[in-house]
Amino acid sequence: MAEKTYLQAISDGLRQEMQRDQRVFVLGEDVGVYGGAFKVTQGFQEEFGAHRVLDMPLSETAIVGGSTGAALMGMRPVAEMQFADFVSCAWDHLVTVAAKQRYRAGTPIPIVLRLPSGGGFSGGPFHSQNPESSFAHIPGLKVVCPATPEDAKGLLATAIEDPNPVLYFEHKHLYRRIKGEVPDERFTTPFGKARVHREGDDITVITWGAMVYTADEAAGRLADDGLSVEVLDLRTLIPWDREAVLESVARCSKVLVLHEDTKTGGFGAEIAATIAEHAFEQLDAPVRRVAAPDSPVPFAPSLEKAFIPQVDDVAAALRELAAY
Amino acid sequence: MSTGTQVEVVMPQMGVSVSEGTITRWLKQPGEAVTLDEPLLEISTDKVDTEVPSPGEGVLAEIRVQEGETVEVGSVLAVIAPEGAAAAEPEPATAPPAAESQAPEATTETEPIAPAAAGAPAPQTSPPPVPQASPPPEPQPQPAAQAGPETPGASAADVGSPAQQTHAEPQAGNGRTFVSPVVARIAAEHGVDPGAVAGTGQGGRVTKKDILAFIESGATAPPAQQPAAEPAAPAPQQPPVEAPVSTPEPQVAPAPQAAPAPPATPVAPPQPPPQAPPAPTPPPTPVVPVARGPEPVQPPSPTGEWEEPMNAMRRGIAEHMRRSLDTSAHVTSAIEVDMSKVVAARERLKQEYQRAYGVNPTYLAFVTKAAVETLRDWPWVNGELRGEKIVTRSFVNVGVAVSLEEGKGLIVPVIRNAQDLNLLGIARAIADVAERARTKKLMPDDVQGGTFTITNPGGYGTFHGTPVISQPQAAILGTYALVKRPWVVQDELGQDVIAIRPMMNITLTYDHRLVDGAYSGGFLRDLRARLEHWDGE
Repeated sequence: MAEKTYLQAISDGLRQEMQRDQRVFVLGEDVGVYGGAFKVTQGFQEEFGAHRVLDMPLSETAIVGGSTGAALMGMRPVAEMQFADFVSCAWDHLVTVAAKQRYRAGTPIPIVLRLPSGGGFSGGPFHSQNPESSFAHIPGLKVVCPATPEDAKGLLATAIEDPNPVLYFEHKHLYRRIKGEVPDERFTTPFGKARVHREGDDITVITWGAMVYTADEAAGRLADDGLSVEVLDLRTLIPWDREAVLESVARCSKVLVLHEDTKTGGFGAEIAATIAEHAFEQLDAPVRRVAAPDSPVPFAPSLEKAFIPQVDDVAAALRELAAY
Repeated sequence: MSTGTQVEVVMPQMGVSVSEGTITRWLKQPGEAVTLDEPLLEISTDKVDTEVPSPGEGVLAEIRVQEGETVEVGSVLAVIAPEGAAAAEPEPATAPPAAESQAPEATTETEPIAPAAAGAPAPQTSPPPVPQASPPPEPQPQPAAQAGPETPGASAADVGSPAQQTHAEPQAGNGRTFVSPVVARIAAEHGVDPGAVAGTGQGGRVTKKDILAFIESGATAPPAQQPAAEPAAPAPQQPPVEAPVSTPEPQVAPAPQAAPAPPATPVAPPQPPPQAPPAPTPPPTPVVPVARGPEPVQPPSPTGEWEEPMNAMRRGIAEHMRRSLDTSAHVTSAIEVDMSKVVAARERLKQEYQRAYGVNPTYLAFVTKAAVETLRDWPWVNGELRGEKIVTRSFVNVGVAVSLEEGKGLIVPVIRNAQDLNLLGIARAIADVAERARTKKLMPDDVQGGTFTITNPGGYGTFHGTPVISQPQAAILGTYALVKRPWVVQDELGQDVIAIRPMMNITLTYDHRLVDGAYSGGFLRDLRARLEHWDGE
C-alpha cells in the first residue's frame, strides 16, 4: 500500500496488467517514445518493447478500428485517445462496429479506450469535454468514471478483463491533484457498485468523477450548518448502481444529481428519471440537477469557472433543498 | 406503490343474455386501498350473484353506483385512483360515523332486532346510508379546514389523498397545503393528518423530518377513526348455515343472540347438500324475528310492516316459481328407502375419502349417483317437453339446489355429464359447486343447462315436500331427513321382524304432462333398489 496520484495509479495499474497478460498492449498517439501526452505510459516502451506500446498515426479511426480487429484476434488492446473529445472521430468504429459486434456475431470485443476528460485548466472547447452520456446511450458499451486513485486502478483492471468495449474516462483535473492509498498488488473493482464517499442523512448527492470532490467540499460547508449530506460516487455509469441510489434516496428523500457534463441529455437526467419512476413516494422535494450549462466549454478561465459547477453552486443548491 | 392512471370499474357482462346488474354490496369504501383482483363489490344479475374483482390497484376514489341500484352492463360503477394520487377523501371517514349514530338510535328504541342485522348488508329501501349522509357536513370545510381539530379522524383514513382540497386550495397561497409524496405516504401509513403537523419547510410545508418527529412524539390521533372504518366493512354475507357467525358489531352488543337460524323459512325448501348432516344449528329458544337481517336499519314502522325491494335473485326466483307452476302439471310421489347399506358404505368410505381426497361422501352424493344411474332406464324423467316434441338425452346434467344466506335465496348450479362421474367425482363436484355458490364464484354457465334437479331440504329434519320443477326440466328429486325408524324386515328364516333402520323419504315431483304416475313409480322403485342394495364403491 502506498500513496499515489490518480495518474500514477492508472499508470501502475496498466503496467501490472501488461506484466501479467501478454495479450494486453497499448496503442495511441505519442504513447510510446514520448510516454503519452500526460505521461501515463512513460517508460512503457522500454519495459515492454515497441511491439506492445504502439505509436499510432493521428487517426482515432485507425486506433479504434485497429483495436477492434486486434480484439477479434484475441488480443486485449488498451487504446489511448489523447483527449476524450477526439473519440468522436472514431464514432463509427466504436458505435457501429465494436458496440454491436458481440450482438451481431457473438464475438467479444475486449477493448479499453482510455479517455482523458474534463476541464478546469483552460483547455477550451476541444480538450475539456465530458462526453460520457453520449456513449452511455449506446447499448453494447460500458462507461467507467473513476474518482479515486484506488478506483482508477481497480476499475482499469476490471475494464481490461471485461469482454466488451469499455470507455474509461479518466479525469485530467484529478491526475496529479488527487492522491490516495492504492494497494500494490493487483485487484479489481466491480462495475455497477457505487461508493459512499461521504455519509449523510439529509440530502444525497449523486455524482461521479471530479465532481465527487466538489460535492464533498460543498457537503463539508453544510455540515458546519448542521446538515448531513451524503455523497454517492457512482464509479461506473454503464452499468450504474440503481439499488444504491434508490436506497440513498429512500433514506434522505432529497436528491441532488451533479455532473460536469452539460445538463440537457446528461446522464443525470437518466438518474433523475429513474428516481421519479421508482422512488416517487420517497421524495420530499423535487429532484435537483446541477450541471454545466448547454454550451461548449469556454477557454477563458473566468468563463470556464462559471461553466463548470463549483463548490459554491453546489452548496447553494444544497441549501435550497434543505430549506424546501 | 403503483403509479398510473385512474381505472374505471364497470358493470361486467355476466353472460350473453345479461344486460344489467344490481349492486348488492360494496366490499370497499372510498378511500380504502385495493389491490388488483381483490374482491371489490358484489353484484347480482338474473343469472348469478358474483363478486367483481378490482380491475386495478390503488385507492377506491369514488363509488358512482350505490348498493341496491341496478345499472346496465358497461356502466361505470366506481373509480380507482393510483395510490398516493388523491381521491375523494374525507367522505369515507366522516360518513360512517354519521350513518352509524343513526342506526343504533333508531333500533335500540324499538326492538333489539336491530343488531341482529349482523352481516346483513343494509338493504336498499333506506337511502344508501353512507354516501347520503356525508354530503352535508363535507362540502363546506373548504378553506382552512386542514388545520382544524376535526380533521384528524377524517384524514386518517387516507391522508395521501387530499386531492380535491389540495388542488382547490393552493390559491390560498402559503404553500402550506402541498404534501410531498414521501410525506403523503408516511402520513397514510401512520394515519396522521399532515395538516396537524407544524411545518418547517418552505412556506410552512410539512417536511419528512417534521412528520417523522411528529409521529415519534406520539401525537397521532387516529383512535376515532378506527371504529368508524370498521362497521363500513363487516357484513359477512357468505357463510350462513354452518358457521353461525358471531356478529362483528362492536358497539351495539346488547341484543340477544342474533342467531343465524335458518329454519323459519319454509318457503325455500332446497337446502345445501353436503356438509350439513348433523343439523348444525342449535337455535336457542324462540328467536322469533329470525332472519330479519336487513330491516332493522330502517326507522320504526307505525304499521308494523316493512317493505324492501326484491333483489335480482328474489325477483328471478319469484318469476320462475310462478312460471313453472303455470307450465308443468306438478305431481309428487314419495318413497321410503332403507338406507342401511348406504350408511354402512358411507362409514367405510368416509375416512378414506376425507384423508385421500379431502372429500366428504355425503348422503346426497349417494342419492345423486343412484339417481343418475336410474335415469338411464327412465329417460323421460331426464327429458323435456319442447313444443310438440319430447326430448330425451344421453347425458345427465344434475342441478343441485344450494341455499344461501340464512335460507334467503337459492341457486342451482349444474354438474355436467354426471353420468361420467363415480361416487367420488359426484361428491367432489357437489362440494365444489356448493362452495362456489356460497362464495359467489359461480359463472353464468354454472347455472345453465341442467336436465334434472335434486334438492335436499332434509338437513332441517323435514320428511316430505313438493318442490317446484326447474323449467324446462321434467322432474325434481327431493331428499329428506335420514331418521331411524322401526321397520318390518325379514330375517334369514323369512320371518317378519321389526328392526331399527335408517330411513329416508325421497320424492319425485314430475311434470305429469310428460311423465305418468306409473313411469315415475318405476323410477322411484329402481332408485330405491339401487340405494337399498348399494354395492358400489
